[in-house]
Amino acid sequence: MEVGFRIVPVDIEAIALLQDPVRRRLYEFVAGAGADVGRNEASSAAGVSRTLAAFHLDKLVEGGLLDAVFRRPEGRAGPGAGRPAKYYRRAETEFTASVPPRDYRGVASLLAETVAEAGLDDRAVEAAREAGRAGEREPLLDVLRARGYVPLERDEQVRLLNCPFHALAEEFPPLVCAMNLALLEGLAEGTSWRARMAPGAGRCCVALSKTNEV
Amino acid sequence: MQLAVVNVARALAPTDSPVLAEFMAGLEPVNALADRSPGFVWRLVDDDGGDATSLRPYDDDRVLINLATWTSVDALFDFTYRTVHLEFVRRRREWFEHLGEPVVALWWVPDGHRPTPAEAVSRLEILRAHGPSPEAFTFRDRYPAPALDPTAS
Repeated sequence: MEVGFRIVPVDIEAIALLQDPVRRRLYEFVAGAGADVGRNEASSAAGVSRTLAAFHLDKLVEGGLLDAVFRRPEGRAGPGAGRPAKYYRRAETEFTASVPPRDYRGVASLLAETVAEAGLDDRAVEAAREAGRAGEREPLLDVLRARGYVPLERDEQVRLLNCPFHALAEEFPPLVCAMNLALLEGLAEGTSWRARMAPGAGRCCVALSKTNEV
Repeated sequence: MQLAVVNVARALAPTDSPVLAEFMAGLEPVNALADRSPGFVWRLVDDDGGDATSLRPYDDDRVLINLATWTSVDALFDFTYRTVHLEFVRRRREWFEHLGEPVVALWWVPDGHRPTPAEAVSRLEILRAHGPSPEAFTFRDRYPAPALDPTAS
């Protein structure tokens, strides 16, 4: 059969797994936890039995949305520590499906390349800052959640567990990370938070700290 | 094989000027971080032994060079863009010109090889003239390490 376009089956199947509300809660909990999650912790967070949680968590692993790791629980080591337990974390793989087909990523990459080669980084950074200022800003953590940053607040610090621009940031780190910082600085203006660079593997390159000045 | 990386930059002012002061002050901690980062092998230092800021790879007193070897592209990428080094990359226009041509080149060398500035510059020129190839490539267009290097002596 000749068709005009094809949806990648792996992507659509992975996304379809999240149609189940329990699975979706489990996925959201694991992706926002900031550390590997065990079955007990996941089951109480999702409000389901440990057996049911384990079933759905393993479905999410099969679908490529989560990774499973085996290790001994915290504080237990050496002989007599028992069997390693199964823990879950968000998988790095990115799934996208768009109907009708769209390719914003491709054009973003071309634009970024052009900006970088023309040395227009500063202009792009200022545009990002303005975009941050122009948007809804309070309450900031909700805004960050809506924008896909997966914020985790602890001790007056907010770590951002997800980079919404991940693939582009890997391709053009200086440009995209600088734009991201400026965007977040713009968003945080007038709030009790300050954005700063805090690069590290597997998360957003920016973190926020509480400030007394507004 | 190990990965060689060269980075050249044309400073906005002499290295002892106030313009470059923050950059120069940041060199020691950032170099120390590189030295203890996973996958770091070697970096070029001048006769002062701390860094390479007194070396001039081109006939231009403003052009500085950074030359190093690492065990893999991923290890170098993680140091470059996933540590505090990123902050220096982000602020590079405060200290260095936009050159409008590639300033970073990667290539594979036999284990233990210490590339010279002249060798590094010739790799960068290959990249500038022909675009990414196994002889000189970039983070965006990577080439795997060859099984055997025919240029090894």
